[in-house]
Amino acid sequence: MKSLLKILRDFPAYLWSGWGAVASIFLFIALWDVGNQIYGDLVLPSPLETFSTLGRLFQDAKFMENLFITLNRAMVGFGISLVIGTALGLLAGFFVTASIVSRPIVTILMGMPPIAWIVLAMIWFGMGDATVEFTVVVASLPIVFVGALQGTRTLEDKFEEMADIFKVPMMMKFTDIYLPHIFSYVFPAWVSALGMAWKIVVMAELLATSDGLGASLAMARSQLDTSTALAIVVAMVGLLMFVEYIFLEPIKREVEKWRD
Amino acid sequence: MARLKVENLSFSFGYDTILEEINFEIDEGEVVSIVGPSGGGKTTLLRLCAGLLDRQEGKIENSFETQAIAFQDPRLLPWKNVIDNIAFGLKSMGVSTQKREKRAKEIALKFDLEESDFDKFPKELSGGMSQRVSFARALVTKPKLLFLDEPFSALDIGLKRELQNHVMELIAKKEITIFFITHDIMEAIRLSDKILLLAPDPVGRIVKEFTFDMPQEQRDDEYVYGQTAKILSDRDIIETFELEFK
Repeated sequence: MKSLLKILRDFPAYLWSGWGAVASIFLFIALWDVGNQIYGDLVLPSPLETFSTLGRLFQDAKFMENLFITLNRAMVGFGISLVIGTALGLLAGFFVTASIVSRPIVTILMGMPPIAWIVLAMIWFGMGDATVEFTVVVASLPIVFVGALQGTRTLEDKFEEMADIFKVPMMMKFTDIYLPHIFSYVFPAWVSALGMAWKIVVMAELLATSDGLGASLAMARSQLDTSTALAIVVAMVGLLMFVEYIFLEPIKREVEKWRD
Repeated sequence: MARLKVENLSFSFGYDTILEEINFEIDEGEVVSIVGPSGGGKTTLLRLCAGLLDRQEGKIENSFETQAIAFQDPRLLPWKNVIDNIAFGLKSMGVSTQKREKRAKEIALKFDLEESDFDKFPKELSGGMSQRVSFARALVTKPKLLFLDEPFSALDIGLKRELQNHVMELIAKKEITIFFITHDIMEAIRLSDKILLLAPDPVGRIVKEFTFDMPQEQRDDEYVYGQTAKILSDRDIIETFELEFK
């Protein structure tokens, strides 16, 4: 509760510190416009046209429906990864054998390209929600798992010893010693898993479904509607940036500010 | 009267015997030091007495209600600021947030920390400041029994003296009992009522006991140096610390 207030209090200062980022985004858009002037509208529509297409898309009920379908799939997949990945990671971290056994498996899972999973999922689950959600889970769960595993494995005895001399109760040991340490590993893992989930969901949709942002993207491609395709890309990137920089980054700063 | 009584205590890690047949007693208000070379089992003995290690053979009776510790490394929780670190022990005792913050701030000032330091995290503190915080955390709980695991050994002489003075103040008021581990004989002489010599070879055992009757606050440098010289010429000390010229 106290940290939440602190996050809110620091928020304006945090936003103000974002001018540099805004400037670099504008520089990027300027380069994009140069690209448009060289290659023409069909290859690379201008930023202006893209953003006005985006504006139109946001008033289009069909597009909004697709957006929410995609959001829903990403959240379901991410939610499953978050819960199961964290739980399994913590569990594995507390047992040496489990962490030794799980390491190579995780390496295999992380090394396997998501596109291969999509193909397998299409065979197993057909075209639809399950394929997309499965791929999202398979791609983002190992990230969460490794974060939780590392957080637990790196717990230090020396703090526990100190706490034991003070006869600290179990519950307080958990909230004051284990949790802050583990959370500082798990939270960044959640953030990268969310980014992963968002990218994978669109890719899986593009190949395996007839609705959602990915499918809209596939449609735009087949109609050579470059400005719609770019507008969808901008929407996807914009949404991820919004969530990451407006919600997650301030929390991350508060959670990790004690670190070196 | 509360006491820490160790009887026939032996301890081994696997086939490696660390301690054998250790016997001693610390009564309420006493300061007892264990001196001996590094790697001689001093820390193991402290951990056994503090209940951090499971006893294997022998008896340990610890009837002190509250205890605290200061280690050689400060062991501050990196995610807590100075005040919350100091208040850690109080929190475990169930003292309310307001009260424990007040007490933590009082003792922090007494330990020469400044108000501008209160919100700092351990990463922002110097080694000396961290050790002040560590001492404040141990003493703010008003422990009946205080374990000191070489807490002065990495400090400069000024800070060493300053922290020892805080401890001395409590000793003079008979408010505290101390189990002190050190390899610095002079330090032990300054603070202790009794020094036990722990010899590591062939296995850790107590070979000698020295007692000092003069009250700690009356011990001046001359006394400490004099006693140190006397003890350093003791046969057992020479053998244990291998002080002989070869």
